[in-house]
Amino acid sequence: MQFYAKLSVVVLSALAIRWSIAKHGYSGYNKPPMYGDFEAQRHWMEITVNLPPNQWYKNSTENDLLYWGLDYPPLTAYHSYLCGLVARWINPDWVALKDSRGIQNEQHKLFMRYSVFIADILVYVPACILCFLIHHSYSDNNKLKGIAVLLLQPGLALIDHGHFQYNSISLGLTLLATWALGQHLDLFGAFFFCLALNYKQMELYHAMPFFCYLLGSCFQKGISHGIMKLMMLGMMVIITFGLCWVPFLENLESTRSVLVRLFPFGRGLYEDKVANFWCSLSVVLKLKELLTTDNTVLLCLASTLLMLLPSSLHLLRYPGVQRFKVALINAALVFFLFSFQVHEKSILIAVIPACLLVVEHPLVVTWFITISTFSMLPLLVKDGLLIPSVAATFICYEVIRVTLHPLHNKATWIRVLHTLSILGAIILTVVSQVLTPPEKLPDLFTLMITTYSFLHYAAFFVYFHYLQFTL
Amino acid sequence: MAVFWAVAGIVTAFKLLLIPSYRSTDFEVHRNWLAITYSLPFDQWYREKTSEWTLDYPPLFAWFEFYLSQLARFFDPNMLVLSNLNYASENTILFQRLSVIVADLLYIYAVKQFVSKCVKAKKKEDIEDIFVNPALVTAVLLIANFGLFIVDHIHFQYNGFLSGMLLMSIVRIYEGRNLEAAFWFSVLLNFKHIYLYIAPAYFVYLLRYHCFASTPDGKLSLRSFSLSKLFWLGTVVIFVFMVSFGPFIYMGQLEQVLTRLFPFKRGLCHAYWAPNFWALYNAFDKAATIVGVRLNLLSPEVIPQAAMTGGMVQEYSHTVLPSVSPLATMVVTLLAMLPALIQMWTNPKGPAGFVRGVVLCAFASFMFGWHVHEKAILLIILPMILLVFGKQRDAQIFLVLSTIGHYSLFPLFFTPFENFTKVLLLATSTIYTFLTLGSFHGAQRGFLQLPLLTTPESVYLSGIVPLQVYSSFLHPFLGLERRLPFLPLLLMSVYCAVGVTYCWVKFYKLSWDDKTKKLKTS
Repeated sequence: MQFYAKLSVVVLSALAIRWSIAKHGYSGYNKPPMYGDFEAQRHWMEITVNLPPNQWYKNSTENDLLYWGLDYPPLTAYHSYLCGLVARWINPDWVALKDSRGIQNEQHKLFMRYSVFIADILVYVPACILCFLIHHSYSDNNKLKGIAVLLLQPGLALIDHGHFQYNSISLGLTLLATWALGQHLDLFGAFFFCLALNYKQMELYHAMPFFCYLLGSCFQKGISHGIMKLMMLGMMVIITFGLCWVPFLENLESTRSVLVRLFPFGRGLYEDKVANFWCSLSVVLKLKELLTTDNTVLLCLASTLLMLLPSSLHLLRYPGVQRFKVALINAALVFFLFSFQVHEKSILIAVIPACLLVVEHPLVVTWFITISTFSMLPLLVKDGLLIPSVAATFICYEVIRVTLHPLHNKATWIRVLHTLSILGAIILTVVSQVLTPPEKLPDLFTLMITTYSFLHYAAFFVYFHYLQFTL
Repeated sequence: MAVFWAVAGIVTAFKLLLIPSYRSTDFEVHRNWLAITYSLPFDQWYREKTSEWTLDYPPLFAWFEFYLSQLARFFDPNMLVLSNLNYASENTILFQRLSVIVADLLYIYAVKQFVSKCVKAKKKEDIEDIFVNPALVTAVLLIANFGLFIVDHIHFQYNGFLSGMLLMSIVRIYEGRNLEAAFWFSVLLNFKHIYLYIAPAYFVYLLRYHCFASTPDGKLSLRSFSLSKLFWLGTVVIFVFMVSFGPFIYMGQLEQVLTRLFPFKRGLCHAYWAPNFWALYNAFDKAATIVGVRLNLLSPEVIPQAAMTGGMVQEYSHTVLPSVSPLATMVVTLLAMLPALIQMWTNPKGPAGFVRGVVLCAFASFMFGWHVHEKAILLIILPMILLVFGKQRDAQIFLVLSTIGHYSLFPLFFTPFENFTKVLLLATSTIYTFLTLGSFHGAQRGFLQLPLLTTPESVYLSGIVPLQVYSSFLHPFLGLERRLPFLPLLLMSVYCAVGVTYCWVKFYKLSWDDKTKKLKTS
């Protein structure tokens, strides 16, 4: 009973923090003509409630794909449809075709915020609780600490409840899948992960570890059981995907139109300044000028696959739950650092599974969490989220510091390094907010922040690989 | 005490998150005071009336605003222009919010002083756990107090650092440094005169404890009276008051200042009835009127219009019961304090007894005072936190009072966003309070019982849930908003008043029984 009372205190505080962040700004506020992610999500509600499914992904007079055309997989579309129905029920103006573009008022903002909040409560929060609650090797206190970290992790709260997205659904589904694998419910794991993939294609970052772990576990079962399991898994994947894609399977053309929307290779190498390898490389070497887009895509693909190999093969050979969790981080980091067209927000895909290791490895996890939020600073500042970002990061850092003692029993040089690194992030934050960059280099501070973060990510990449191979 | 500072830091960070929240008119009140103190010489401070929100706090608070305004101009000089009514630029909001958050550091410091000097740790191994360690739990209950949190950081007021001063003076009493205690309390009175509510407790305690000594069996020894101690005590108090009011007395403005501080023209009850005795009195009057009209005992013509429409105007005129004058409320309030004060005098029980006296004085003023604000409940709840690790029955009363008292603040917040924030925060803090106090006092729970509470108490507190559901969903859903717009507020006020009155009686009885028991043993 006491445990559940404590748990509810933890969960409710985390929810209160989320709700307080929601009062702040969101992306694209007062920025016509395109606005931002907030408008994109609203626009998808507008499109999905007003048009039949086969028109959702197609350019037409009603659906101008250049204006935030739907480019997420069907589950997102269905979710938008549901939200759109509710929106239309409350106030039809919010989703009126074309006329509702760029709508901005407090009531609508409240509705949108509630929709994220509800998605969070229905998917992410239960997933977080399950991951630690039903885990035999943790004490009650450690369960609480783990849940607290997953819920207080500032990046997701800031992006979903501040900037505005529904990452908590796809990441929550991935957590559920991870939990299911930990419970040896592999079929459920595959099912949840397929749902995650069908909510947001970005979850492909995690596909390799899931694939390798499941395939590896089939290998270990011996031939007949292994093949049986493989077939079951295959069926599960095909059925789940099939169900998700029903409205788009009429003919090849409609399937293709969705796929084209999901993987737009036409865009640039990286969206904004991002803390990944290519963006950091651009400081010394301008790839954009040396290679054509096609070649860049190939280069990215090759390097990503190459870097994925070690951790994937290792997991395939030795499939284990703990190793799988580390492999999730590694794969996501590889994609973030080397793939084509990366968003700064994508670092969340690596951070969330890292939180699962916080009880065993508090230092590297809290370090990773802090730097990851820091790396999103330019984006968050743009949305007017500077103060909540600093506050939420501080809260999470302090909670881990006093509950899990990350620096306890660590060598002096590690303590010094950690302190300097966090101090550096603080200084860069202050400098980037207080000073104006020289006219010739308007992106100077942003580049400093992304490069600083990239150096950390590279180190985390090495460390987590080391961790996976020594487990 | 690393965890203490972490808690303080986390709570402070949370306050930052609340910066864009809804602000009541108190925000404009304080902005206006910044403008007044910044742009006018101080002989005009209590005369200025461009805005309806004239300066009505004592002079030290005005000086506090003056010093704040010197910083404010670096944020946005426009907020300091007198004619800029309702000015709320982004930087104005940031500055004012930050000023509350920074001023709260004094409160945090005072809490630190209290928990390290006045709360004993139970066991060594508990030291780090915020759910177990009494010092840490006390710190969390004080620093993250729901009422302070939403009144200061959403509604907008400066109760945090004022409570810090109160706590500083209480800590000094615990330490026996009575002169310093008197100093802190005098300063506090000159910041916000609402603390007059508890001044009688200070007066009696300091006179009894500082100027007299006790015989070994705890009796008052009249011979021990020390004139020099009284002299120094008086000097400290008068000195503070002279610094504060002296200049205004010199300028012949004392009367002007006092009329600003004590506006008796306001009604018996605030717009929303604070859950006290008068709320029950008014409600009874209203009920009796309705019954009277139904039974043809009263003719509808004699009834004032407002009473029939259910409106809650400032001036509520009674129909059945006699109307109440400010003087009457004052007399009743003092009468309600008297037993507590007499007990403090005849049977003092050290600092904890003093805190009881403070709580009882605050209770009396809240129950019977003229134009009491619902926020004044914090004056009872905060000192009571200092007692919860003493007797189990204190903790029991505290659980009822803090829950219902905090809930009674709900009508202050009515905007859609904050409607949800307040529910989340109250749920969090209530669960935490029940959990920690319940496990500390080793509560045995029966069927349908909350920790430490009896069944009727538990049922009463759970009644909050249907009440809130009714007022926020059912009432508008039934279309009653037009016909009976104030019914939910009235229900809430009466419901909470019952609980507060119950706690008052129970707490009085507990403090009184305490005395008789002690007499028997001696």
